[in-house]
Amino acid sequence: MKTIIKYVLLDLMRNKVILFYTIILAILAVSVLGIDDNPTKGLLSLLNITLLFVPLITILFSTIYFFNAIEFTELLLSQPIKRNKVILAEYSALTVSLSAAYAVGIGMPLLLLVSGIASFILTLIGILLTFVFSSLALLIFVKCRDKTKGIGIAIATALFFTLLFDGFLLAFIYSFSDYPIDQAVVGIIAFNPIDLARVLMLLHLDVAVLMGYSGALFKKFLGSATGSIFSIACILLWIIVPLLLSVRIFNRKDL
Amino acid sequence: MTPYKLIILLLLFLPGLSRAKSVKVYPGRNSFQKAINAAKRNDTLLLQPGLYKEHDILINKKLVVIGVQYPVIDGEHTSQVIFITADSVILQGLQVQNTGRSSMTDMAAIRVQDANHVTVRNNKAFNNTYGIYLQNAGFTVVQNNTIQSSSADELNSGNGIHAWKCYDLLIAGNDISGHRDGIYFEFVTTSSITRNISHNNVRYGLHFMFSHNDTYTNNRFSDNGSGVAVMYSKGVTMTSNIFQRNWGDAAYGILLKEIADSKIHHNQFLKNTVGLYMESTTKIAVNDNQFTENGWGIKVMASCSGSDFTRNNFTGNSFDVATNGTTMLNHFSENFWDKYDGYDLDKDGKGDVPYYPVSVYSVVSERVPTAMILYRSFLTGIMDQVEKVMPSIIPDQLKDDTPRMKKWKL
Repeated sequence: MKTIIKYVLLDLMRNKVILFYTIILAILAVSVLGIDDNPTKGLLSLLNITLLFVPLITILFSTIYFFNAIEFTELLLSQPIKRNKVILAEYSALTVSLSAAYAVGIGMPLLLLVSGIASFILTLIGILLTFVFSSLALLIFVKCRDKTKGIGIAIATALFFTLLFDGFLLAFIYSFSDYPIDQAVVGIIAFNPIDLARVLMLLHLDVAVLMGYSGALFKKFLGSATGSIFSIACILLWIIVPLLLSVRIFNRKDL
Repeated sequence: MTPYKLIILLLLFLPGLSRAKSVKVYPGRNSFQKAINAAKRNDTLLLQPGLYKEHDILINKKLVVIGVQYPVIDGEHTSQVIFITADSVILQGLQVQNTGRSSMTDMAAIRVQDANHVTVRNNKAFNNTYGIYLQNAGFTVVQNNTIQSSSADELNSGNGIHAWKCYDLLIAGNDISGHRDGIYFEFVTTSSITRNISHNNVRYGLHFMFSHNDTYTNNRFSDNGSGVAVMYSKGVTMTSNIFQRNWGDAAYGILLKEIADSKIHHNQFLKNTVGLYMESTTKIAVNDNQFTENGWGIKVMASCSGSDFTRNNFTGNSFDVATNGTTMLNHFSENFWDKYDGYDLDKDGKGDVPYYPVSVYSVVSERVPTAMILYRSFLTGIMDQVEKVMPSIIPDQLKDDTPRMKKWKL
């Protein structure tokens, strides 16, 4: 398995996309943090960038990569290697390189320029989101035969979580505003890793007060240690469940 | 002997002729009260340094009490400490500490009751339930006192400077912290509050009700539990005050409720959850203020009318203005908004398209507070952009027709 990870990593290194991704993230981070004197504002801008671009780029790149590497995968499978090892090795190499790109591009400037718990959390959620969306990409890959369809679904998935989900949530909140839905809303955001990441981050910034002002429960529950653990646990589930599902499907898949 | 020399000689003897005299008071068992009892009207008591373990000290005649190097009057957590009931008493240079706590009476370090023209200045009041308590006092000066306590909750604590049913007060240059309300006024009229610093109080930095025609200038209210709350008053003038870091789930720079005919000029609202909150107010002039880095710059409820918001700077607020209805009977003009992205073709310094300071998301979250969970999500950003192009949800009457292109220099 180690050997496979090594070869996939080497392949990814040769692929310039990861390098570009790192550089672009680094430029964004440095410029955003450099423009504003107020580090909180910089953090918020970087949060927006993270929540918008990391899911989209991760899921697209991963899906395309898995589809492109299909011949390599098939070649490996003709050897006496277990299927789940092959797929997990590819997944690990991909996530490691993408999260390394994020950690170097955004995490490093952030921790150097604005040290503190909030910077650490932003780096953490960027990496967690990378893991989540490459898991989802893997699931898309094993479920789809066709590359075009796979990429389509990948884009739709990213859009769903960044935009549509919040739209539905807002519609839900609006229609049931006469009822005590605070707890339900906290439950619902567990179904969107991006929302989880956003709330996790916001509650570690001053602006958390704005949320506490109108919904005491959010701050009370999500702002507490239990809340942070809950959010991170949910995000971890978002990594593990699609991953296990993909492995299961891949093991039975007729290639 | 020339007449001049005679006059000078007479003048030299004059102090000896008047009956007022200075008495030095030293620490001892009830020595302070005994000295007051023995003193005559207009005498001066000079309290020598040391610890006076006395309480319920009653000053019922016109005296001047001066502490030398801050003698300590310690109430030993039993009762009230100094009680002034005579007109024109001057009390200065004392350190008064450790009043009792009671639910029945308001225990104060220095209490002035039914007296006029009293001066309380340069004192230190530490660890008391109430610091300086004025009851039915007029023309009284409370100046340059340091009032500190370490209250933990609202129930078991009192106010720093508490005034009830007073008139023509001057409260100046005091530093108040750690009480329930820093300065508390009820039924206090035509008074002036200047240069005070009220910070880290449990509830409000300044709290007044039914107090008409008062002037507040150059005060600083910071880091208080709920900021400043002013209610049911008219003719209030607030200028050049600083309201900062009143940051919490229910904290306001100022909360105005049923205030009429008042002026709020040249103040700074910095880093408050809500800079200025207005409910049921009438005819308030909010001019030349700075609203910087607040959660909400202004929350103006639909029940407010006739107010005028002119020449204010709004910078770095999460939401500039929020409201809870569609009617807007207040007028915004010539403010500077850092979120304004219009243009100024005729170069008159005013933007050519109106600015709508209420963002659609702030309308939504005002109507349905739960929607705050979507704060900073990508969706709400898009909603705001769409609304800018085609306003439909935001109150269209709430707008600034002449937004400034450049920040006012205030």
